[in-house]
Amino acid sequence: MTIEQPIIEVKNLKTNLGGTWVNDGLNLTVKRGEILAIVGGSGSGKTTLLREMLMLLRSNAGSVRVFDQELTTAAPAKLLAVQRRWGVLFQQNALFSSLTVLENTAFPLHEHTQLDPQTIDELALLKILLVGLPVEAAVKYPAELSGGMQKRAALARALVLDPELVFLDEPTSGLDPDSAAAFDELILKFQAIMGLTIVMVTHDLDSLWRVANRVAFLGEGKVLCVDEVKKVANNPHPLIQEFFSGPRGRVVKRIYE
Amino acid sequence: MTIAAKNFMNFDSSLGQLRCQGEWSLANIVFLKKSFAEIRWPTTGNITIDGDAITKMDSAGAWLINKWLKALAAKGLVVHQQGFSDLYQQLLSLVEKHTAVAVPKVASLNWLARLGLYASTQLIELRDYLAFAGKLTMEALYLVRHPGRFRGTAFAAIIDKTGYQALPIIALLSFMVGVVIAYQMGVQLRSYGANIFIVDFLGLSVLREFGPLLTAIMVAGRTGSAFTAQLGTMKINQEIDALNTMGITPGELLLLPRIFGLFLVLPLLTMWADVFGVFGGMLMAKTSLSITLHDFLLRFQHQIPLKSLLIGLGKAPIFALIIASVGCFQGMRVQLNADSIGKQTTRSVVLSIFFIIVVDAIFSVLLSRMKL
Repeated sequence: MTIEQPIIEVKNLKTNLGGTWVNDGLNLTVKRGEILAIVGGSGSGKTTLLREMLMLLRSNAGSVRVFDQELTTAAPAKLLAVQRRWGVLFQQNALFSSLTVLENTAFPLHEHTQLDPQTIDELALLKILLVGLPVEAAVKYPAELSGGMQKRAALARALVLDPELVFLDEPTSGLDPDSAAAFDELILKFQAIMGLTIVMVTHDLDSLWRVANRVAFLGEGKVLCVDEVKKVANNPHPLIQEFFSGPRGRVVKRIYE
Repeated sequence: MTIAAKNFMNFDSSLGQLRCQGEWSLANIVFLKKSFAEIRWPTTGNITIDGDAITKMDSAGAWLINKWLKALAAKGLVVHQQGFSDLYQQLLSLVEKHTAVAVPKVASLNWLARLGLYASTQLIELRDYLAFAGKLTMEALYLVRHPGRFRGTAFAAIIDKTGYQALPIIALLSFMVGVVIAYQMGVQLRSYGANIFIVDFLGLSVLREFGPLLTAIMVAGRTGSAFTAQLGTMKINQEIDALNTMGITPGELLLLPRIFGLFLVLPLLTMWADVFGVFGGMLMAKTSLSITLHDFLLRFQHQIPLKSLLIGLGKAPIFALIIASVGCFQGMRVQLNADSIGKQTTRSVVLSIFFIIVVDAIFSVLLSRMKL
C-alpha cells in the first residue's frame, strides 16, 4: 500500500473564544475511508473544531488542510471546490423549512450541477429512498416528519452530491435507541459501499463502539488520544477515564468488549 | 476532468459490447448522457456492458447505468453486465433496489379549489380571532376579580417600550404633518384672502383625524409588528408551552399586559401627536400666512370645540385594541418554520392598519349621522 495523503490535516490549531483557549495547539489527521469519531466532555472544543474544519469559524492560528488544500487562507473559488466534495449533517438537521424533502435534497444539485430538472429530481429521490425514507415523504415538509425521518432527510441532502467526506454532528442525538441503532447501520452501509470518509462528533457511546474506526478524544484544548475505541477506553488519562468509566460508559464497554 | 477523460464509452457493434471507462460520477453525468445518446443501438440481440475499465463510480453513475439497463431491456434487447468490481456491483444493486417508478409531485389545486381554500382559510382565521378575543376577555374579567394576579412589571415595561420610547418619533412625525397641512392649505386659502381660516382647518383635521389615525398607523408598524415577532419567537422556542405547563396562561403574563398597556398608551400618544401637529401648523401659518402665534391661539380656542379633541382621543383606545389584539393573535399563530414569523408579522401590520382605517371610516359616517 502506498502512503496516502490524509483527507484532513489539522495542525497546531489555536482558538480563543471569549477569553478562553478552546483549542490550544490541536493536531488531528483523518485518513481516507475511515470513520473518525470526535469525543470529549462538554466544552472540550468538539463543536469548535468541527466548525473550524467546515470554515464556519476562523481559528486564531494554525492550519486546516482538507483534500490537500489549505482552507484558512483559501480563496473563495478554491474553498467552493472543497465544499462541493463534502457533505454536512447538522445536529438540528438544518433542513430548509419552507422546502419539501425532495426540494431540500435537490437543492445542492440545482446549485452545483448543470443537470436538467428531471435528472435532478430522480437523483434526489434516489438518495431519499437510499436513506430509508418512503416515497411519500419526498413531498412532505420537514415539520411534517418525525425526528428520525428528519435526520434521514438531512442525511439524504448531505449525500446528494456524492461527497467523499461527510461530517456528522451528533448524528444520533434526539433519536430513540431503535432509530439511533438503525442510523448507525445506515452510516456503516454507506461508508462501505460508497467509500465515504466520515468525521463524526458524538456523545453516543453505542455509536462510538459500533461505528467508529478510530476515536479522537479532546480535552485541555488538545487531542489527548487518537486510537481504536478499545485502546482509547483503556487510556489512563483522568478525563478519558471519567468519560468511559462512568456508569453508562461501563455498561456499553462491557457489551462490546 | 480533462477533455480526454470525456471519452467514457465505446460501443463495438459487431460484438454487441459496450465498454465503459473513466470516472462515472456526478460531475460527468452530463457528458455520459451525451455519449450514450450518440450510440446507435441494434434493434435486437444481446448486449454486454463491460465495467472493467471504470476507475470511479458513485451513486449517480450507478443510477445512470441502472436507468440505461432498463431502457435497453424495454427496447427488446437482452442486456448482460460483466467486469464490474464487487463494490460497484453492490452499489448497482443498492441503487436498483431503491429506484422509484416516478417522482411524486406535490398535489396542486385548480383555481376554484384554490379560491375555496383561500376563502375558508380566511373564515377559519376570523373564527379563531373571535375565539382568541373571547378567551382574552374571560381572562381579563378573571383579572378584575383577582387583581393580585395583575402583572404590574410587565405592564410598566410595555408602557415604557410602546409609549415612552415612541415619543420622539411620534412628535417629529406629527410636527411634519402639521407643517405640510398648513402649507398646502395655506396656498389655497391665500388666494381667497382667507388666511385666518387655516386655524379652523388645521385644528379640526389634526384633532379629529390626523392625530389619532397617524399615531395608530405608526404604532401598528412599530409596536404591533414587535408584538407578533416577540410572541412568535417565544412560540418557536416552546416558551409558550413551558408557561402553559407551569399553570401560567400566556394571556395573563404576555398578552393582557400588552393589550392593557397599549390601551392606556395610545390615547396619551394621540394627545402628544395633537400638540405637535397643531404646533407645526402654527409655525407654518406664521411664516407663510403671516398669522401671529397670538392670533392663532386666540382663534383656536373660539373655533375648535372641545368635542373635536374628545372624538379624536375617543378613537384611540379602539385603535389600541385593534393593534394589540391583532399583533398578539398573529404572534400566537406562528408555526414552526422560518417563513412563518415574517409572514405573520406582515399580516399583523397590514391587518391592523386595514382595520384601523375601516373603523375610522365607520366612525366618520356614524358621527356625521349623529350630527357630531
